[in-house]
Amino acid sequence: MLLRIEPRPEVSRPFTCATPAIAMLLTVASGWLLFLALGLAPGETLYQFLVSPLLTLNGLAELGVKAAPLVLIGVGLAIGFRANVWNIGAEGQLTIGAIAAGWVALAFWGQEGLWILPAMCVAGMLGGLAYAAIPAFLKTRFDVNEILTSLMLTYVANLVLSVLVFGPWKDPDGFNFPQTKLFSESAILPILVEGTRLHLGALVALGVAVAAWLLLSRTVVGFQIEVVGQAPAAARFAGFSGKRTVWLTMLLGGALAGLAGTFEAAGPIGQLIPKLTPGYGFTAIIVAFLGRLHPLGIVVAALVMALSYIGGENAQVTASLPQAATGVFQGMLLFYLLASDFLVRYRVRLLAAERKLVTAS
Amino acid sequence: MVQHKGAGAARLELRGITKRFGSLTANDAVSFAVAPGEIHALLGENGAGKSTLVKGIYGLLQPDEGEILWDGQVVHPANPQEARRLGIGMVFQHFSLFEALTVVENIALGMERGTDRKALAGRIAEVSRAYGLPLDPHREVHALSVGERQRVEIVRCLLQSPKLLIMDEPTSVLTPQEADRLFETLRRLAREGCSILYISHKLQEIKALCSRATILRGGRVVGSCDPAVETARSMAQMMIGAELKSLARRKSKPRAEPRLTIDDLNLPADGPFGVALKGVSFEVGAGEIFGIAGVAGNGQNELTQALGGERQIWPGKAVRIDGRSVGHLNAERRRLVGLCGVPEERNGHAAVPDMSLAANALLSARNRTGLARGGIIRRQAAHGFAERVIREFGVKARGAEAAARSLSGGNLQKYVVGREVLQTPDILVVAQPTWGVDAGAAATIHQALFNLAQNGAAIVVISQDLEELLAITDRLAVMNEGRLSRALETTDATIEEIGLLMGGAHGAPVETTAQQGSIQNVA
Repeated sequence: MLLRIEPRPEVSRPFTCATPAIAMLLTVASGWLLFLALGLAPGETLYQFLVSPLLTLNGLAELGVKAAPLVLIGVGLAIGFRANVWNIGAEGQLTIGAIAAGWVALAFWGQEGLWILPAMCVAGMLGGLAYAAIPAFLKTRFDVNEILTSLMLTYVANLVLSVLVFGPWKDPDGFNFPQTKLFSESAILPILVEGTRLHLGALVALGVAVAAWLLLSRTVVGFQIEVVGQAPAAARFAGFSGKRTVWLTMLLGGALAGLAGTFEAAGPIGQLIPKLTPGYGFTAIIVAFLGRLHPLGIVVAALVMALSYIGGENAQVTASLPQAATGVFQGMLLFYLLASDFLVRYRVRLLAAERKLVTAS
Repeated sequence: MVQHKGAGAARLELRGITKRFGSLTANDAVSFAVAPGEIHALLGENGAGKSTLVKGIYGLLQPDEGEILWDGQVVHPANPQEARRLGIGMVFQHFSLFEALTVVENIALGMERGTDRKALAGRIAEVSRAYGLPLDPHREVHALSVGERQRVEIVRCLLQSPKLLIMDEPTSVLTPQEADRLFETLRRLAREGCSILYISHKLQEIKALCSRATILRGGRVVGSCDPAVETARSMAQMMIGAELKSLARRKSKPRAEPRLTIDDLNLPADGPFGVALKGVSFEVGAGEIFGIAGVAGNGQNELTQALGGERQIWPGKAVRIDGRSVGHLNAERRRLVGLCGVPEERNGHAAVPDMSLAANALLSARNRTGLARGGIIRRQAAHGFAERVIREFGVKARGAEAAARSLSGGNLQKYVVGREVLQTPDILVVAQPTWGVDAGAAATIHQALFNLAQNGAAIVVISQDLEELLAITDRLAVMNEGRLSRALETTDATIEEIGLLMGGAHGAPVETTAQQGSIQNVA
C-alpha cells in the first residue's frame, strides 16, 4: 500500500482562514491527553495554563511584556518570508542589538538625559541590522543559503554576549555573577501601568505592526516584496531587483529584532545577562506563520504565544510541570499549524484504494 | 450516429461525451467519429474543450457521461496505459523527455520493464527510417533540436503500432520545412490505416492535411466540414461563431530616423541551457513593425529580456532609443523613457498568477499611468486602469479584482498586451503576442499593434508563428543560435527563404549524422 500526496483541485478558502484556530484546538486536545498521561487533572492544568493568566491585571500586563518582542520580531520576519527570504537568525540579531544598546547604556551610566533611550534604540537597531547584513551579503554575493548562515550566526552572537558579561562588562559589585551593572534610570523604559512590568515597548510594537501593515498593503515597496516572493521573473519584468529586496527585508528584520533586544535589556531585565530571552527569536517564526504573515494577525498570534509562556510558568508553580511543557506546547502548535496548512492544500490518498476505485468505475 | 464514406465501424466514435469541472461544462454531449485511416481535425478556440476531450480519449480524464466506442466496442480507458494497450497514442504539445538521457533511454522509460535496449535501439532506427523521421537513438536529448525532440515523441508512439494517433498542436515548434516533413509522415501513417486526430488552430495546415474537421465551441460540437472546400476564414468564423473582423492594414510609411537601434548587442548565456546573443543589430523606425522569427530556443527569450531591460547591458549604447543609450537601464527605467515590453510567458512572468488584475496593472504600468505616486499605491487608479484594459480589449474576467490565474490563457494574454498598449509606449517589444489566443482575440491584438504603429511607435514582434509575422510586419529577420539574420522586407520574403534561415545549422546536416547513426545501430 502506497501513500500518494497530491494537490487538491480546489483550495477551500474558509478552511485556509480557519487553520490557526484548528491548530490551537488540536494543541489543546493533545495537551489534555498529555496531562492525562502524566497523571495530572487535565482540566485543572489546562485552566492554569491557558485561562488563569488572563484573570489578573498583572497577568494581562505580562502578556503585553512577552508579546511585544514577539510582535517586533515576527513582523520583521514575516516581511522577509513574504519575499521568500528566510531569516531564522532573529535571536542572534536580537542579541547583538541588545549588546549595542547595552553598550550605550553602560557608556553613559549614571548620566541623565531624555536622549539616552532613543540613542539606545538607534544603537540596538543598527546592531541587529549590521548582524543581519552578514547573511544578506553572503546571499546576494555568493548565493549562500540564508537559513544556514543566519541560524549559525545566532550561536556566535550568544558567545559574544557571554564573553562580554563574563569578562569586560561584568559588574564589579555583582558578586561575580555574569551580568552587567543595572542600567541607570535614564536607560530604562518607562512603565505604562503602575505596579506591572508593561513598558513603552509594547506600544511601539503595536505601532510597528500597524506601520508594517501599511507598508505591505499601500506602498510600492510592499508590492515589490510580494512580487519578488511570489514570482521572481515577474519581479524582474517589473524592474524590481531581487537582490535589493533581500537586502531590504534582511536589514529590516535585523533592525526590528535588534529593537526587540533593546527593549528586553532596557525593559524587564534592566541589564545584560547571558540569557536574554526564552528564545523569542525562534518563537517569532511560529508567531509569523500563526499570524498568516499578516502584521495584525501577528499581534494576535504573539498574544497566544505569550500566553503559552506565562501559562507554562504558572503550571510549573501550581502543577509542578517541567519548564519543557512550554516548549512542547509551542512545538505542537507549530506542528499542527503546518500540518493543517498542508492538508488544506494537499490530500493524501492510498494508492491501493485508488485502484479499487478505478476498477469499480 | 455518424457514419463516414462507406467505412464500416468507425475506428473511434464518441457518443454524447460530457465532462464537467465544478460549474463549468468543458464538454457538452460531444459526438463525432473518426474512420480508419482518416486525418481528422479538431478545431476550436481556446477553452472550447479540445484538450479536455482528447484527455478523455487518452485516459487522462474520465468523462462524466457518454460512451467511447473503439472499433465498435464500448471502452473506458482508465489511464494512458490502458489507452495505449487499445492502440491509442498521443503526442503532447509539451514534451516529456529527460534532457540528460539518450533517445533510447527516454523511450525505454515508457516501456514495460525488462525491454532489451539493443533490440529497442534497432527498432527505433527501423521505425524512424520507415517513416522519414531521422533520429539517432544514442544521442542525448539536450543536443536535439525541438523538431527532433518531437520526432522522439512520435517514434515513441509509433513503436506501439497505434491505430489512432492524437497530435496536439504539433507544428507550433517546427520550421515550415520540418512541418512539411511531418505532414508527409502523417499522410503515410494514414495510408497505412492509422487514424489521426489533429488539434491545431493553424487553419492553412488543416486545409492542407485533414479530410474532415469537427468544430468545437464552448464545449459543444457546432459543426463539421471538409477543410478542403472551406476557406480559412469560413472555418475561423465557425470557430468563433461570429464575423471575423478584417484588419485595417495601415500603410507602410517610408522609414524616418530609427527610433529603436540595436547595435552589436552581445550577451553571455545565462546558465547551461541559455543561449548567448552574438552581435545582434537592427533598427526600427517610427510607425514600423519589425518581426523576429525563429524556432523556439534560439535566443528569442534572451533578446526579449535584453530589449525589455530584464537583463541590463554594458555598455548601454548597444540599445538606443531615439539616439539615447538605454542598455544599462533596468526595466522600470526603460519604461520611463518609453520602452514597454510583453514577455512570452504570461503566468509568473508577465503577470503574478495569485494577484488581482488591478495589482498586476501595478507591475508594469505604475509609473507611466500614475498608478503609484511617491511610492504610495493609488488603489482606485490601479483598479480603474485594469477596468479600462478589460473593457477596451474585451478581456473575459470577473472584474479588476479577479486573480490573474482565474483567466484563461487567451484572456490573460489580451490583458497583458492591453496593459502595455494603453500606456502608449514609444517602443513596444512584444513576444508571442497571440500565442494560444483565438482568432477573434488575435485580431484585437493585431489591430491594437497597428494603431500603436500608426501613431508613431516602433514595434518589435518576436514570434514563432510565421503566418502572423507575414501578416503584420513591415520587415522581419530570423534568429538562429543567438544570431540575427539580415532583415527582409516582408512583402518580398518567401516562406522558403525564411524557413532556410530558421533551419540554419539544424537542417540538413543533422539528418545525415542521424542516418549514419542509425546505420551503425542496425549493423
